[in-house]
Amino acid sequence: MKRADDYEQRRAHLANLTDEELYERFWALANEIVDPLLELGRKNTTPSVERSILLRMGFSSLEVKPIVEGVMNKGLMGKGAGNVVWRLSKKLGCSVREAGLLLAEGKHWDDVDTLF
Amino acid sequence: MKLDPNKKLDIKELLKDLDKYEPRRRGWHWREGSNEKRTIGDFEYHETSESLKNSIPLPGSRGFGYIDPQPDCVITTEIASGRFEDDIRRMRMAAWHGADHLMVIRTAGQSHIDSLLEGTNQGIGGIMVTRKQVRASRKACDLIEDEVGRPINFHSYISGVAGPDIAVMFAEEGVNGAHQDPQYNVLYRNVNMVRSFVDACEAKKVMAWADMLQIDGAHNANATAMKAWKVMPELMVQHAINTAFSVKIGIKPENIALSTVPPTAPPAPCMRLDLPYAVALRDLFRDYKMRAQQNTKYMESDTREAAVTHTLNMVISRLTSADIQSTITPDEGRNVPWHYNNIAGTMTAKQALTGMDGFREMVKLDREGPLGDKVRELKERAILFMEEMIEVGGYFKAVEQGFFIDSGEYPERNGDGIPRQIDGGIGYGFIYERDEDYFAPVSVHYGYNNIPAEFEKASDAIGGDTFEDRSKIQYIDELDEHDNVNVRLKEVEKYYDTNLVRPEVEWRADGTVLLTIFLPLDERTAEFAAIKCGEKMGLEDVTVVHKQCIHPSEGTFCEVKGRVNFDINIDELVIPEKPHVLSEAEIREDIQNKPMFVVAATVGEDEHSVGLKETLDIKHGGIEAFGIKYEYLGTSCPVEKLVDAAIETNADAILLSTIITHDDVHIKNMKKVHDLAIEKGIRDKVMIVCGGTQVTNEIAREAGMDAGFGRGSHGIEVASFLVERRREMNA
Repeated sequence: MKRADDYEQRRAHLANLTDEELYERFWALANEIVDPLLELGRKNTTPSVERSILLRMGFSSLEVKPIVEGVMNKGLMGKGAGNVVWRLSKKLGCSVREAGLLLAEGKHWDDVDTLF
Repeated sequence: MKLDPNKKLDIKELLKDLDKYEPRRRGWHWREGSNEKRTIGDFEYHETSESLKNSIPLPGSRGFGYIDPQPDCVITTEIASGRFEDDIRRMRMAAWHGADHLMVIRTAGQSHIDSLLEGTNQGIGGIMVTRKQVRASRKACDLIEDEVGRPINFHSYISGVAGPDIAVMFAEEGVNGAHQDPQYNVLYRNVNMVRSFVDACEAKKVMAWADMLQIDGAHNANATAMKAWKVMPELMVQHAINTAFSVKIGIKPENIALSTVPPTAPPAPCMRLDLPYAVALRDLFRDYKMRAQQNTKYMESDTREAAVTHTLNMVISRLTSADIQSTITPDEGRNVPWHYNNIAGTMTAKQALTGMDGFREMVKLDREGPLGDKVRELKERAILFMEEMIEVGGYFKAVEQGFFIDSGEYPERNGDGIPRQIDGGIGYGFIYERDEDYFAPVSVHYGYNNIPAEFEKASDAIGGDTFEDRSKIQYIDELDEHDNVNVRLKEVEKYYDTNLVRPEVEWRADGTVLLTIFLPLDERTAEFAAIKCGEKMGLEDVTVVHKQCIHPSEGTFCEVKGRVNFDINIDELVIPEKPHVLSEAEIREDIQNKPMFVVAATVGEDEHSVGLKETLDIKHGGIEAFGIKYEYLGTSCPVEKLVDAAIETNADAILLSTIITHDDVHIKNMKKVHDLAIEKGIRDKVMIVCGGTQVTNEIAREAGMDAGFGRGSHGIEVASFLVERRREMNA
């Protein structure tokens, strides 16, 4: 879009605001803009969010990648990759670390189908 | 492991047991004692922080007793050698000059790698940010901060498609600050916008837990904009979006820093353009920190010009505020920053900020006039920008319509912004809605998390995560057997703690040197003549890195870089003993208590006078500066006249100068003065000192002198000798 500078016309509704009112307006707008972005973060997840969860569960970067890819292939991202590993460990009666390593090695993905 | 100022940092020692290293703390550190007045040397300072235990003061400090006041704000230097083992040495050097925010640049392209990287591969224009390199760097920072006596903030980047992964690794490894701004991914790295914001939620949540300082990415808009002075309203919008977003995720306001750059530079009337922007920004973002960055947009290859622009930038910092004063290396416009230029940038900041200490108490911004009007206008333009964003449907729609980086000053639009599509970019298609039974069994997580009822908190499900139990962190050492630090160390093995050395600017023993050449030629011819000069001097890979037309035909100034291919064996160097000097204060006190008078002349048929005059003259730091009185008898002075003058004036010393060495006339003249003084019965009462370009202490003493001073000697050395020798004679 091309547009000449129409600042003078556009600012009419701001002209009588005090500096403090201007400040309030600035932040009200900023907050209004970011609210839907935060809502997206609240409701969704991504491969990197899930990898970051697995890292914190005690897996290395090399181990988290195949786990998250497997979870995506199974269509289970909505459950959470950490959740998949945790539930598998319960099912197999092993530690979380052991369960994750099995998945990273491509094993027990059939069991994953029965977790949810 | 502890550092000794007289020993190089032992990188091999540093790498030992790295798998077991634990960072000593988390979180950002502001300088201590920033809001106190303090006396340093002869002065009271109003804007300094606690002094360092070990540091290198500015050159000008010689006239002020070598004081080294540390400004109140944190000082940043950005390090980008691509080899962390060399970055670490640079960090240590920078810390000694007052940098306490060490920012490591990432290798090109890391933003687009959808994973954490591991190992120590060499990067381009920065390091590959990996756990091992981060851990080793933070460990080095621990040692360095103990050496200088001030905590050091280590910083890198949480951006790209592996943002949350990197945030976790940084939190675990005690990284103190990071750039995090989803807008940066969207606009400059073409990462899908939804992905970028969803990832940022998790990354920021982790940063909040780790108490990391966040720096946003708005300064990039300044660097990318066609006309930087037109982008100011948008810069404020970008700052606002990342700030509001971060606050709502839970980052505390004092950990949110705006990366703000004075947008323009001379020859634009930059202070008049940039100051209102700086003021408007600080008004609107009064709850947040200012990371004052320096202008790179208008940076060319001239390091002098860069230093001036950066100094003007710091006038704005001092007139408004800066919590962090960032620095840009003055050579960034010509090459990947060289290590000594990191120190140059740091010194420029320390010099300018210290020089303007308390300036604000005397100079006030006049907001009644054009400044206030412009501040108001900028704020309104930013508000109008956001109003229209909401009008078109929010952030994503605004980006799709190319709202950002348009060359028009909003609301003017030139239609040349950077548009991105919501269904495009890297990482598009990898957003997954969380189901009702979504669960993330970790202690820190953003958004919906269905924690099973049996657990009090999510991480109880796994018996605690790495943020609660470090022993769960999986450390990977190396993945690439050909490209890693051990291979690189082997390649330059012969320069590690050996007697061999090679010049360097970036990496150990890279051999690069810089030549300064003036040629009485036009610019184009000079460029090629300069390369030829470098080649004839034996340099390899000769490149002109800077040229400045001094006159279209009379001449061109060139700076040329090249590589040398030889080593210097320091064991083979002949290094004369360092001249012994007393402190200026001690000499002055001695002379004050007991005045000293000397007679001086250039002897024989010798018309040279420069050296002796410099030794005498107060203007050149000669002995007169310490209170010593003298009578100068001129040049070609017969030795008899000089000795007689000493007798008549009852002088404490005779200073003779002799340059001409033909037929050893200089030695003969020294002997003559000595013999004559004996003959006249004054030799045991008068000191006789000789100077000259071909004189050495050894030659002079052999010829009967008390001392000799050769090329490059200074007044203080002569004065020190006279004071000490007189003490001996009177003892």
